[in-house]
Amino acid sequence: MEQRHLTCIGCPLGCRLTVKLEREKILSVTGNTCKRGEEYAKKEVTSPTRILTTTVRIEGGRYPVVPVKTERDIPKDKIRDCMEELKAVLLHAPVKVGDVVMHNAGHTGVNVVATSNCCLFHEEK
Amino acid sequence: MYDVIIVGAGVTGCAVARELSRYRVKACVIEKEEDVCCGTSKANSAIVHAGFDAKTGSNMARYNLEGNALMGELAEELDFPFKRNGSLVVCLEKDSLEKLTELYERGVNNGVKNLRILGREELIRMEPNISDEALAALYAPTGGIVCPFQLTIALAENAYTNGVAFQFNTKVLHIEQEHEGYTIKTNKGICKTKMLINAAGVYGDEIHNMVSKEKITIIPRAGEYCLLDKKAGNHVHHTVFQLPGRYGKGVLVTPTVHGNLLMGPTAVDITDKEGTNTTKEGLEAVLKMAGNGVKNIPNRLMITSFAGLRAHEKRHDFIIEEVTDAPGFIDCVGIESPGLTSAPAIGRRVSEMIREYLSLSGNPDFTAARKGMISMRRLSPVEREAVMEKNPAYGAIVCRCEMISEGEIIDAIRRPLGARSLDGVKRRTRAGAGRCQSGFCSPKVMEIIAGELGMKAEEVTKCGGESKVIAGRK
Amino acid sequence: MKQIQHTELVIIGGGPAGLSAALSAKENGIGQITIIEREQEPGGILNQCIHNGFGLHTFKEELTGPEYALRYIAGVLKYDITILTDTMAVSVTKDKLITAVNKRDGLITIQAKAVILAMGCRERPRGALNIPGFRPAGIYSAGTAQRLINREGLMPGKEVVILGSGDIGLIMARRMTLEGAAVKLVAELMPYSGGLKRNIVQCLEDFQIPLRLSHTVTEIHGRERVEGVTIARVNREGRVIEGTEEYITCDTLLLSVGLIPENELSFEMGIELDSVTNGPVVNQKLETGLGGVFACGNVLHVHDLVDYVSQEAALAGKNAAGYLQGPSNEKLTEGESGNEIGIRPGKGVRYTVPHKIMYKDMEDKVIIRFRTDNIYEKCKLAMYFDDSLIQSADKLMVTPGEMESCVLKRELLNKYPETREIEFRIEVE
Repeated sequence: MEQRHLTCIGCPLGCRLTVKLEREKILSVTGNTCKRGEEYAKKEVTSPTRILTTTVRIEGGRYPVVPVKTERDIPKDKIRDCMEELKAVLLHAPVKVGDVVMHNAGHTGVNVVATSNCCLFHEEK
Repeated sequence: MYDVIIVGAGVTGCAVARELSRYRVKACVIEKEEDVCCGTSKANSAIVHAGFDAKTGSNMARYNLEGNALMGELAEELDFPFKRNGSLVVCLEKDSLEKLTELYERGVNNGVKNLRILGREELIRMEPNISDEALAALYAPTGGIVCPFQLTIALAENAYTNGVAFQFNTKVLHIEQEHEGYTIKTNKGICKTKMLINAAGVYGDEIHNMVSKEKITIIPRAGEYCLLDKKAGNHVHHTVFQLPGRYGKGVLVTPTVHGNLLMGPTAVDITDKEGTNTTKEGLEAVLKMAGNGVKNIPNRLMITSFAGLRAHEKRHDFIIEEVTDAPGFIDCVGIESPGLTSAPAIGRRVSEMIREYLSLSGNPDFTAARKGMISMRRLSPVEREAVMEKNPAYGAIVCRCEMISEGEIIDAIRRPLGARSLDGVKRRTRAGAGRCQSGFCSPKVMEIIAGELGMKAEEVTKCGGESKVIAGRK
Repeated sequence: MKQIQHTELVIIGGGPAGLSAALSAKENGIGQITIIEREQEPGGILNQCIHNGFGLHTFKEELTGPEYALRYIAGVLKYDITILTDTMAVSVTKDKLITAVNKRDGLITIQAKAVILAMGCRERPRGALNIPGFRPAGIYSAGTAQRLINREGLMPGKEVVILGSGDIGLIMARRMTLEGAAVKLVAELMPYSGGLKRNIVQCLEDFQIPLRLSHTVTEIHGRERVEGVTIARVNREGRVIEGTEEYITCDTLLLSVGLIPENELSFEMGIELDSVTNGPVVNQKLETGLGGVFACGNVLHVHDLVDYVSQEAALAGKNAAGYLQGPSNEKLTEGESGNEIGIRPGKGVRYTVPHKIMYKDMEDKVIIRFRTDNIYEKCKLAMYFDDSLIQSADKLMVTPGEMESCVLKRELLNKYPETREIEFRIEVE
C-alpha cells in the first residue's frame, strides 16, 4: 500500500490530505473537510492536469513575445515537453487572441492558443 | 605626452580638471569606473558645510570656507541644484552647552558668517520636529545642500567641453617616475605625463605610494545612510546635526535638494576599499541616532539605504601639496568631509599650482558656463510646452515617481560624457531614484540605453563592469 | 497654453479598475468619459499576468490576465469612450482640473465634473525592507521580473531566490522555472504564506521549490551582480534568530514583499488617506473626502482577486454617474446627507473599505471588504453597532492573504436608526 500527501487547493483552509493507494487504486482519502477535497485528491493522484501558460517569440510585433496557453488542461507530466516544443516556435505578427499557435502540443491532443493580440509594430489597436 | 593626468573622476578630480581647463593645457582624467562620480562623491551627506566644525587653521577649515563661498556662484555658472537651507547643531543635554559655545567660537574664528546660538523656543519655531530634549542649537545660515552627482557631472562636462580628455574603465597599475614626468601603466595601456594629480579618493595612498618613499595610509571610513520618500522631505527644513554627547557623535537629518529626507552617516573604519555594503547594525544605528535629534521621523517611508567611504588619513586633514620626493606629483588626499564643499576651492588651488609649475597661459576658448539638463519637473507649464514643441520625447514620462521623460534620459546619454548605465542615467536624471526605486522604469530605461548606444538589452549594465541586468533572452 | 478640454468624467488609470469603472459609468448614462492610461495600451498589470485563474467570479470561466483585460477593453471600445494611452496624469486639483502629458499632444488640461482614481499600486522596493549588503544588479521586484519575461522576452537571471510568498512571488517562481531558471527557494518572513493555496501547490510543490516560512534574507552578496544571499530563520516577532544563517548561491533576488497603492496624486489633491490601506478614506459610494472624486481597485486597497476589483470599480462608475446626474453637483453638507456612520476595524481586523456610510444615501446593501491581521481558525466574524453585537457569522478560517467581505443590509440598519458606529471583530472561542 502506498500513501500520498497533498494540500487541497479548494479554499484557504488548505487541508492536508492523505490518500491511500493500492496499485493505482484509491483506497481512501482522509484529512479533507468537505467533498471537494476528496474529489481533488482523487484527480490529483490518478491524473493530475494543469493549464500551461507561457509566451512564444514573435517577429514584427509590438513586443518580442506573445502570451499563450493550452486550450485545456494537459497532464502535469507533459508540461516540460510542451515548453520544449514551444521554445522552437516563432510567430509573425499580427496574432489575434485565440489564434492557434501550435496543434497537439506535446502529443497531448491539446492546442496552444494566443491569449492576447499582438499587432504589427506600427499599427494602432 | 600629457601635461597633466588626473587620477580619479570624483568631485575633487573633476573640480581640478574644470579649473585647469581655464588654461591652455593637454590634460586627461583617468577613472577606473565607467563614469564620473562613482566613489566617495556619490555616497555622502550631500551637504555644503558652513565651516564651523573644522579645526581652526587646518586645510579643512580653509578650503571649506572658500568652497562654501564659491558654491552659490558655481551653481549658477554650471547649473546644478544647490540651496542654502542653513544648518543647525542641536544640543541635547545641559552638560554640553559649553561645547556648543566652543563650536560657535571655533566657527567665528574660522570666519563663518552670521553664526548664532538659538534658544529652545526659537529652535522649535524653526524646526517643529526637533527633539523634545533639544535645549539650544548653533545656527549657521550659510550651510547648504547640493546634488553631489550634478555637481560632479557639471564640473566634468564643463572640463570636457573646455578640452580636458576623460578615460573611463582605466585603472592605474603602476607609475614610473622619469627624468621629466611620469609613465603610467594602466589596464588600457601606457601614457606619459609631465604632472600627475592624485585625486584617487580611498585609493589615494596606493597612487601616492607608487611614487613616493614617504608612505601614507588612507583608511576607508564607512558611513551608512537611509533615504526617505519625498513625502518626508519637509520633516525638517535645515540640516540638523547633533552636538556630540551622551549619544555619541550622532547623525545628521537633512532635506536633500530633490526633496527627500536623508539621515546618516555612521562612521566605522574598515579595510575593504570597495566595502560599500550596508550592515544591519549600521542601518539600525542610523535610525536610532536620527531619532535622538529629530522626533517622529516617518521611517516607514524609507525608500533606500546606502553606504559611502570617506578617505580618512590619520592627520585628519586634507593633504593638498606637491610630494617632496616627486616633483610635479600633487596629492589631493585625505579628502573626507567637508570634501564636497571644498572641491571648488581645491580645484582652484591645485590648478594654480599646476599653472605655476608648467607656466601655463590662459585658454582663449574657455567657457565658464555650462547648461544643465532640462528638468521637466522644474519647469512651468508654459516652459514645458515649449520644450515638448521642439522635442516630443519630453512628453513621454518614463519614470513616474520622479516624472522623468524619455527626452531627459536620451539627453543624459547623448550629452558630453553621457550616461552608459542605469545608474549613470539615474545620477543624471533621477529616473529610478524615486519611491519605487526603478521597479517600473528600469525595463524602459534599459531599452532606451540599448537603443541609443546600439547595444543589446543583455549588454546593459547597472553600473558598468559585470553588473549586467539581464541574464539572457527567451 | 492650449485650450482646456471639458468632459464629464475622467478616469485615471486604464487597468482593470479604470476599464470596469468606465463601462459601468457608460452603462449608467454618462456621455463623455476619458480614461488616462500611462502604458501604450489599456489593461494595466493584467497584460503581464499571463497565467490563468482570472475571472472565475465575473465570467464563470478561467481566463489569463490578458484575456480578462481584453473582455473589458472590447466593451470599452464598443462605446464612445476616449482612452488616452501613453499618457501620464501629472496632477489633479481639488476642482477636478486634470493635467496630463504625452508625446503626441504635449500638455493636456481637462476640466472634469467627476473623477475616478484607478491608478493601481506599486511594489515595495528593497529599500523599504532595509536589507543590508551591497547594491548589485540582479535585485528585482517580482513584478518587474514578470514584465521583463512576459512582455520583453528577457530573462533577468538563472539562479533565483524569492523573498516573499505573496501571489506574484509564487507565480514568478513557476514562471522562471518553466523558462529554465533554477529557483532555489521562496523565503517568507511570516509563519504562513500570503499567497493562495492553489498557487503554493501549483507554483511551488509542482516544481519541488522549497517554501521557507519564518525566514528572511538578511544580507545580499555580490558587488556588481548578485552572487548570493544569506537567509535566516526569524522568531515570532520577526527578529532574526542568530546562528540560523545560511548562504544561498544565486544571481537574482526577486522581492515580492507587498504592494502599496499609488496615491501620490490623491495625496497632492489633499484627499484623506487611510494609514493602513495607504488608500483614500471613502464612503459606501467609494467617494473620497472630495465630492465627486471616487476611488476603486488597488489604489483604494490592495486586492488579491481582479474579479473584486472589477466589481468594486463598477460600483464607483455607477456612483460617479449618479453624482453627475444628481440634482446638484454640490457636495451635500453633513446635515443634508443624514447621519454619517463610521465603520471601524475592531480586534483581529486590519481595515475596512468603505470607512463610513452616509445613511441617507445608502442603497439596499453595502459590501464591506476587509482583511484580518492574522490567521484565525474556527472563528466568528462579528458585527457590532455601537458596541452591541448584531450579527455573527462562523468562519472556518480567515487569513490576511485573502480579502474577506460582509454584506450589510439597509433594512438591518433601519432597525437601529441611532447607530453611530459599526465595528467588525474576529472572535475566537
